[in-house]
Amino acid sequence: MKTTPNYGIMAEFDSASDLVAAARKTHEAGYRKIDAYSPFPVEELAEAIGFHANRVPLVTLIGAITGGLTGYLMQYWMNAVNYPVMVGGKPPHSWPAFIPITFEMTILFGGISAVLGMLALNGLPMPYHPVFNVPRFVMATKDRFFLIVFSTDPKYSPSGTRQFLESLAPRSISEVPS
Amino acid sequence: MADRMDDVELTNSRAPVIEPGYTFGTVTDKISAIVLTRPTSNGWFVGFGLAFLITMMLLFALGYLFLKGIGIWGNNIPVGWAFDITNFVWWIGIGHAGTLISAILLLLRQSWRNSINRFAEAMTLFAVACAGLFPLVHTGRPWLAYWLVPYPNTMQYWPQFRSPLVWDVFAVSTYFTISLMFWFVGLIPDLATLRDRSENRWAQMIYGMLAMGWRGSARHWHRYETMYLLLAGLATPLVLSVHTVVSFDFAIGIVPGWHTTIFPPYFVAGAIYSGFAMVLMLAIPIRKLYGLEDFITDRHLQNSAKVMLATGWIVAYGYGIEAFMGWYSGNRYDSFLLWNRLHGPYAFFYWMLLICNIGIPQVLWIRKLRTNTVGLFLVSLVILVGMWLERFVIIVISLHRDFLTSSWGMYYPTRWDWMTYVGTIGMFLAAMFLFVRILPMISIFEMRTLLPEAEVKPE
Repeated sequence: MKTTPNYGIMAEFDSASDLVAAARKTHEAGYRKIDAYSPFPVEELAEAIGFHANRVPLVTLIGAITGGLTGYLMQYWMNAVNYPVMVGGKPPHSWPAFIPITFEMTILFGGISAVLGMLALNGLPMPYHPVFNVPRFVMATKDRFFLIVFSTDPKYSPSGTRQFLESLAPRSISEVPS
Repeated sequence: MADRMDDVELTNSRAPVIEPGYTFGTVTDKISAIVLTRPTSNGWFVGFGLAFLITMMLLFALGYLFLKGIGIWGNNIPVGWAFDITNFVWWIGIGHAGTLISAILLLLRQSWRNSINRFAEAMTLFAVACAGLFPLVHTGRPWLAYWLVPYPNTMQYWPQFRSPLVWDVFAVSTYFTISLMFWFVGLIPDLATLRDRSENRWAQMIYGMLAMGWRGSARHWHRYETMYLLLAGLATPLVLSVHTVVSFDFAIGIVPGWHTTIFPPYFVAGAIYSGFAMVLMLAIPIRKLYGLEDFITDRHLQNSAKVMLATGWIVAYGYGIEAFMGWYSGNRYDSFLLWNRLHGPYAFFYWMLLICNIGIPQVLWIRKLRTNTVGLFLVSLVILVGMWLERFVIIVISLHRDFLTSSWGMYYPTRWDWMTYVGTIGMFLAAMFLFVRILPMISIFEMRTLLPEAEVKPE
């Protein structure tokens, strides 16, 4: 039977500081396809693994502008174009009265875009992922910190990468089956 | 992230945000055990059972309402808005504290919020659900309530967007949607914790599905944190706008006592005032019953008491300006309204409102009382009653005697009014009981960030 290559090699650490230091060293060593897992957000970690491109703000901005335009144009078209009704002697296109709904729609669309944008860019929902095959990984949502080098990394080699990760003094090392 | 350390280290002068000696593991165990391993107490069953019965009473009252129409209530011209709108404004005001705690205090980097934001957000959701019920049934024909939504229809007609009542539909539904998303995305990392820690196959599957495969990747956290900040930034003006729009329902009308520009800020302050009172009324028994005094410390109670004291004075200023304008405007209808509040048939409620909202809460100036849980609980109860009376005074006293003496009248609530009002309190409590039982009521991952060991030491 042909052996399929592993998904990657994972190292386990005790603290956020150790993980950040290890992630920095791994990145400096030239590994690029890496990821780190922590039970709470660690600000320095994204930078340590070389992740900068964050498009959530752009998605939110586009969503908010779309919402605002939708809100205003909807009211304008419905009350001033499609079916103008005179109420209280106000002109059909009474823009000050259209502001509250325009504002609410901006927030609504912006908020939905932020949440769905975050989920989509993160590739969630994803019920199955190879890292869940590592038994110790259940601790990643409690008090342990993990670093993984994916086998797709050009510098990856089963023994070399393992040796390198061992040099970072982790608590344990596991192969992640694909 | 240096400020989280300062907060933890300020223990000598103030009570800590989290008692010392906890680690990532013990924080996780303590909060998740309430949901996963601790046996459900008899007290929970009794409490939930009572709340459930009261909810059934609500359904009964609503069932009879749908059968007979809103004639079973005491509302009639001139008092067309009464208990229903009073309760609507009261509940939606209570909801405001949740968003204030989760969004505004996040932007202000008040890390003490981390142990109370989760259940305050849940409180917001349930309060807004109770609030939304009232205008819906007040329409008289709630099965046609979808007419409020702009959709192409055979009548070829659209909502009238110059009416603040339509603004309300958009404001409240946006508020509910954003609050729900804020609460749910805040839960995702904790749902992953529950998924990984539960031993029960069903629990693993349900929490697993809800957690959507969250694995705590640094890339995910980075986008998550950005999203959370942006959502807080969007929710901040939203929460201020919702009660502003609710106050427009009144301020745009020409009824004496409604047609004032002070309404938006004074409504928002009142909302936060009553919201924090509800937060305390929930936090005090919850931390006692579940032994969470280490996480919801005296610091949280003190801070909430101070917020109530501050917003209480903004509300008092609002009452003062209303009374001043009644005299200074020289408008006979406004002057009469002031007289009618002080001496009219509902004067008792106006005086009670002043005692409950301005008088009694001044005891919060006493430091000892701000950490006395029984005292704080009672003051919060008084404030909630006072804020309910405020809405009753604004709505009923203004409406029952307006411009023409011939159209004056009185409003008396019927038993159906009371059953509907008390029923929503039961529904709110039943939802809270379920929430503390099946979801982590304190944000576990945000509590981890407060621990000293969360700090990344520079190399």
